[in-house]
Amino acid sequence: MEVEKFSYDNKIVKYFAYATIIWGIIGMTVGLLAALQLVFPVLNFNTGMTTFGRIRPLHTNAVIFAFVGNGIFMGVYYSLQRLMKARMYSDALSKIHFWGWQLIILSAVATLPLGLTSGKEYAELEWPIDIAITIIWVVFGWNMFGTIIKRRERHLYVAVWFYIATFVTVAVLHIVNSFELPVSLFKSYSWYAGVQDALVQWWYGHNAVAFFLTTPYLGLMYYFIPKAANRPVYSYRLSIIHFWALIFLYIWAGPHHLLYTSLPDWAQSLGVVFSIMLIAPSWGGMINGLLTLRGAWDKVREDVTLKFMVVAVTAYGMATFEGPMLSLKNVNAIAHFTDWIVAHVHVGALGWNGFLTFGILYWLIPRMFRTNLYSVRLANWHFWLGTLGILFYAIPMYWAGFMQSLMWKEFTEEGLLRYPNFLETVTQIMPMYAARSLGGVLYLTGVVLMAYNIIKTVRQGDFLANEEAEAPALVKEHITSGKEHWHRVIERKPIQMMIFSLIVILIGGVVEMVPTFLIESNVPTISSVKPYTPLELQGRDIYIREGCSNCHSQMIRPFRSETARYGEYSKAGEFVYDHPFLWGSKRTGPDLHRIGRKYSDAWHFNHMLDPTTMSPGSIMPAYPWLLDDDIDLESTPAKIRAMITLGVPYKQEEAENANKDLLQQAEGIAANLKKEGIETPADKEIIAVIAYLQRLGTDIKAEQVTKTNQ
Amino acid sequence: MKFINYLSGITGVSIFPLVSLCIFFFFFTMLIVYVMRGSKQHFKHLSEIPLT
Repeated sequence: MEVEKFSYDNKIVKYFAYATIIWGIIGMTVGLLAALQLVFPVLNFNTGMTTFGRIRPLHTNAVIFAFVGNGIFMGVYYSLQRLMKARMYSDALSKIHFWGWQLIILSAVATLPLGLTSGKEYAELEWPIDIAITIIWVVFGWNMFGTIIKRRERHLYVAVWFYIATFVTVAVLHIVNSFELPVSLFKSYSWYAGVQDALVQWWYGHNAVAFFLTTPYLGLMYYFIPKAANRPVYSYRLSIIHFWALIFLYIWAGPHHLLYTSLPDWAQSLGVVFSIMLIAPSWGGMINGLLTLRGAWDKVREDVTLKFMVVAVTAYGMATFEGPMLSLKNVNAIAHFTDWIVAHVHVGALGWNGFLTFGILYWLIPRMFRTNLYSVRLANWHFWLGTLGILFYAIPMYWAGFMQSLMWKEFTEEGLLRYPNFLETVTQIMPMYAARSLGGVLYLTGVVLMAYNIIKTVRQGDFLANEEAEAPALVKEHITSGKEHWHRVIERKPIQMMIFSLIVILIGGVVEMVPTFLIESNVPTISSVKPYTPLELQGRDIYIREGCSNCHSQMIRPFRSETARYGEYSKAGEFVYDHPFLWGSKRTGPDLHRIGRKYSDAWHFNHMLDPTTMSPGSIMPAYPWLLDDDIDLESTPAKIRAMITLGVPYKQEEAENANKDLLQQAEGIAANLKKEGIETPADKEIIAVIAYLQRLGTDIKAEQVTKTNQ
Repeated sequence: MKFINYLSGITGVSIFPLVSLCIFFFFFTMLIVYVMRGSKQHFKHLSEIPLT
């Protein structure tokens, strides 16, 4: 058999490795800033670009898509070439992929602080960037499948299955969730509204965790742990079951983010059932990873790479045990909207993604630079700082989440809320916020040490850009008996593998979404719920721009503790004109769904100017620019027209008269403010925000009044 | 808001869950049969791909 000579492209791996480290440090630093802003609100710096509502999406996007994203590509580009015994299909595609991805990240860095956001969590980037992501993702897939097709190893190792499933599922998730109608170059409205938007968003959000933060990293685990431990995976049989069961079950679990909300009960129940079942494949995978080290535990004591990997897989196990527990309705009732969820995701992000990335970097860099790690001692320091960082981060957040939730729910003997003022429950957990920041500092310090260690390693090494390799060419296999097992056929056919994965993941999505979209009774209509006025719509867009939903939910769950605090629980029919939905996922501040008419216009004016004047001790940022900046009147008719396209029942003439109606309503609010001694022109953004806040949740009050009159 | 209310509106709905259940029962059963009965040699070869 003829042996072919070829070389592996290490340069692209090096690029992605550097990008991983650089974006890791940037993303985590921004995260630390966000954490510190909750302790010291002065760090919001009183400007729009640096407030928490815009900084937090920057942090999540940077760590998910820049740090972990580059980490995925680093690991895939290294392992895929070796598993396929082939150089990447095209060096040009590799470069387009690399630079395209970095440009996307840079555009996120440029747009998110400007408040250009779709308002949907982990999918904040506006439509032109969404299109760029789609193109670059296709480039990645093209390069990956090209490499697989020209491979010299017949069988696709299990890691490659995970890469294929990642590619196809992320493509589906991104496209479905990004359906939006552009209003201008950097403004769009989600195609879906209210409950449906929420279901699509959390189908996406949960599966972004599943197929961006989990499946590609499981692929990396299946490649790099055996490499680092120099022994094969514990059970290849288990890995086959792990793969299919995981991708099948994961896709159904999204609705567990929406328990006790206005999502139909059946969809919530399906989400819970599948979330519980997820323990099985997740732990199967974790056990497979850990048991790969059977008989090699002595190496874990010596080898810093393995140390990172063991903690990573353990953190994966903890997070995937906790996830199903959190999806139980009784546990979720306590944990949802609190810092418990923040702790949960950080165990996954810092432990699983972070530590596996660091382990791979410590293994890869010395090999590609043909040298030893500059300092094992420093790497050990990194390991302990990182581990302590995770503990200092997670434990205070668990404590804070549990404590705050119990305070929200506590009643006095007289049947009144023990802590009626939401702020009181926030000030009590401030020490935990401070401790969490310390955890962040420790973790980030470890990463900086790693960067230094890697720079020194790179300097002392000699980079091998093209690693020579040889392997026999793949000859066409002749199956004489015709009795080959069907799964063995899939194991060597990448396209079939992709199609099977696609079918498996589509089933869950279709079963959950189609009935919610098609069956009208899922969202009972409420006749008194009317579209927003032009002024309110502009106010809503400012609410989205400032990222208010990062801290404020608009979803009152049907609990006594919530209806006593906020008012009537939220109904599905109240959100039918909400493009996008703004239910939020975390209450750093109180729920706002029934804030309308609760306070005077002047209260809101003063509160936005300086929250501490109305709520002493508040950690909310101030929004002084809303008092100075004019409402973007030019955009109003286009926005109304876009809403008409999306099916919101405005009349055509309402689009033409939009600004006239807007200014009329604005004059009314300005007049109200004047009565309270506040002089402000009617065309300022603050007026629109007040109009929106005063409208929130008031429509069904009109219905109640009508009913009483009848 | 019981699941059955929404489902009952679809014509011939009862066949869908049955078919889905059958497909997946069949798929996972076949998968388990395959991994149980598959040759040890074959799996050993597969699991050693990264190390070669």
